[in-house]
Formats: sequence, C-alpha cells, structure tokens
Amino acid sequence: MIEKLMNIDRRIIFILVALAVIIPSLLSVSFPITVSQPTRSTYDYIEALPAGSTLMIGFNYGPSSLAELHPMAKAVIHHCFRKKIQVIGMTLIVEGATLGDEMLKGVADEAGAVYGEDYVYLGFRPGATQVLLGMGTAIDSVFETDYAETLLSEIPMMADIKNYEQVDLVLDLASGSSTEWWITYTNTRYNQQIAAGVTGVIVSQMYPYLQTKQLIGLMPGLLGAAEYEKLIGKPAKGAEGMSIQSFAHLLVVGLVILGNIAFFIQRRRVE
Amino acid sequence: MAEFIGIWIAALLTLCIYSFLYRDNPFYRFAEHLFVGVSVGYGIVLTIDKGLIPFAWDPLRDAFKEQEWIGLVKIIPICIGILFFARLFPTHGWLIRYPIAILIGVGSGLAIPNVMRADIFQQVHGTLAPFAQIHAGELDVFQILGAILMLIGVIATLTYFFFSVEHRGVVGGVSKIGIVFLMIGFGSAFGNTVMGRVSLLIQRVDFLLNDWPGTLF
Repeated sequence: MIEKLMNIDRRIIFILVALAVIIPSLLSVSFPITVSQPTRSTYDYIEALPAGSTLMIGFNYGPSSLAELHPMAKAVIHHCFRKKIQVIGMTLIVEGATLGDEMLKGVADEAGAVYGEDYVYLGFRPGATQVLLGMGTAIDSVFETDYAETLLSEIPMMADIKNYEQVDLVLDLASGSSTEWWITYTNTRYNQQIAAGVTGVIVSQMYPYLQTKQLIGLMPGLLGAAEYEKLIGKPAKGAEGMSIQSFAHLLVVGLVILGNIAFFIQRRRVE
Repeated sequence: MAEFIGIWIAALLTLCIYSFLYRDNPFYRFAEHLFVGVSVGYGIVLTIDKGLIPFAWDPLRDAFKEQEWIGLVKIIPICIGILFFARLFPTHGWLIRYPIAILIGVGSGLAIPNVMRADIFQQVHGTLAPFAQIHAGELDVFQILGAILMLIGVIATLTYFFFSVEHRGVVGGVSKIGIVFLMIGFGSAFGNTVMGRVSLLIQRVDFLLNDWPGTLF
C-alpha cells in the first residue's frame, strides 16, 4: 500500500487537481474572504487620494501571468475611475504592451472614463532603467507619444503631469523583477511612493520592502485581487477564483501530508 | 467573427499545451514552438517600433530634414550599438568589447549606489528601527516579539552563509537556527507558488468552461 502510494502515477495527481478546480467551477461555490493588511494599505492610500490625483500603473506582466494580475488591475482601475483619479498606464516589458491597453480601454468603457482626460496609456519603451530614470526628469523625454502615437503635448491630462512630482502613487503589477527596479530607481532616487501587485511566485521576495515601507502596499496574486474586489465592493474574477483555489489548496495540503506520512513510514521500515 | 476565431485558436492551443500532462506529443511541441516564435517575433517588432524608430531613426531623419546638424550627434551611440553585431564577423569580433564595456560601466554606475541604498542600507535600517521604537515605548508585546524574531532570523541566516568559520559550537548552533528560518522562507515561497500556479489553471479552466462554449451557444 505504502509502496503504491510512494510510486503513484503523477497523472493521477493531475486528474485530482483538475477535478478540484473543475467541480467547484461548475458548482459556483463561494468562500468568505478576509482582507490582509498589505492589500488594505494599498486601498487606503488610493482611497485617501483627492479627486484629480494621478496614479501610474505599470503593466509589467505577460499573458502567462494574466490570470493573477488582470483581475487586480481591473479592481484598482475601477477604484481610480470611481474616485476620479487620473490613471497613466505604461509597461517596461514588451508582452505587457497590448495587455495594458486592452485592460485600460475595457475598464474605461465600463466606467465611462474618457481617454486623454481620465486616463492615458503610454505603452512600452525598451531599456527599463533608462525609462524609470528618464521619467523622473520628464515623462515626455521617454514617451514622446502615447501608445496610439499621439504627442503627449496634445493630450489634455498630461498638460500638468511632467514627471514623478505630479504622480501620487506608482502601482507596479509585476510577474518579474520590475518592482525591484521601481524601488531601486524610482523610490530610492526620487522618493516616489510605490505599491505593488505581484504574482504568488514572487510575493515572498517583496515582503522585506513592505516592512521597510519602500512599498506602501502589496497585493499577493489572485488573493490580492479578491481582497481588493471585496474592498471596492465589486466581486469579480478574483473572488470567484479564490473560492475555487481553496479546494485546490485543500487537495495540495492533503497530498503533502499523505506523502510525508508515507515517506516516514517507509523510512522506518527500511531502518 | 475575429473574436470567435481567436477564442477557438486559444482553446485548441490550451488543450495542446495541457496534453503534455499525459506525455510529450507533437501537438504540445507545435503549440510550444508557436508560442516561442510568436513571442520573439512580437518582441522584435515592438522593440523596433517603440525603440529603434523613435530613438534612432526618427532623430536622424529629422536632423537631415531640418538641417539641424547637431542632431547627428546621435550617430555616435548608434554606431556604438551597431558594434554589438561585430560578433558576427570573427575577424572583428573584438569590437564588441566597447559597447559591452560602456553598458557594464553605465549599468553599474547607475545601479550600485541605488541598490546599496534600497537593498542594504534600507533593509538594515528596517531591521533595527523597531528597537528604537521599543526604546520609545511605541510597540506592543507582539510587535516587540516580531522585531526580536526578525533580528534573530537575520543574524542566524547570515551566519549560515558565513563560510569563513567552521560551523561548529555556537556558530554551528546559530547556523542551524538559520536553516530553520530558511526552511520557513522556502515553505512560504512554495505555498505562494502553488497559489500562483493554481490561479493560472483556474483562469484556463474558466476560459474552457465559459468563454469557449459561449462561442457555440
């Protein structure tokens, strides 16, 4: 029995994980979500900003991380439009260019936000370090035009936004090292306030920056999205996904416990 | 119609990729190669469109067009950049050292002071600052315990990576405590990684169960 358990075909585990996700998806189960302090800090900071403030969002993720970061982006942008906070979108990685554009347009359509007045999308420029440092001097020195090739000088919203001094918060939505770049070059050098929403894979690396207040807030993966959706009172893909996630987590915890028990029994037998 | 085709392509490619869970097969390899090819092609086009054209081509074109010859100064960095391609010619391969030297020099110059401040000074400050707050009586019991635990964790983990002294006696004991902290860190990272990977599966299952059938009914 123990031998069989230790040599179980990995495909059986794949099937179990698939079932743990598919069955709750079909049943539409929902679990209560408790909001963690790092997500609440991000929400509180944005909530406290007066109308007309500016939030810069870095869409620094590709399609492979879309599942975790898109719901988060949607929730935060909704919050901003509701509070009449201006949003500037941009990305430091190639793959993020179209994702950011689609996301901003989609939420703007739902919220009735106007391009050039409520939000602007700058798109992508290569050379992350130069982009981050350049925007500290003049945003239009790096992004002379927006994503649709319109000169920034012709966009009404950008008339008074020259550099980080007019940006109240940067929110980095990241699946890689971009949050560290923002902290190193923008927070350290220009004292810019930064919050981050990151994938589950890298969130552990971000907690030291939260503790030192180099990040004012941190949203961890799909959980962060679900928490933010709860805070703005608009449950969507994040909340839905986290309920399903709970079943998969229970299965993984069960498998880890089972694997450890089998391992220790087998070791004792060998001894 | 375009959305319909897009959803079907995405659904079929998702199934091709997941077929690898059974075993390696031509459908998986097709989807994988397609993904790599499309990603690289997209990256090259966007880098040319958003980097090369606005920062290299347009300034030179404008300088010639408006006869503002000072604009031609951009030829210098462009030529240095072109030296990266010297690697393709074995006899002139050594020329690549110049752009690499400039890149490393500028990169290090920009990074070192900022990284030192962000990742070392601020982190050390963050570890010790709570003790000033303890002295001022600003922290409650749990926060004090947290601050002490964090200091022990930092010292013990650093000791584990200090290889100039043999890990025996007190140093060995402290480094073992460091291992415990490292294990907790790895466990936390593993848990978060599981959450991240399951999130991806949930999104794909949602797509296959809702968006894909939505194109049919």
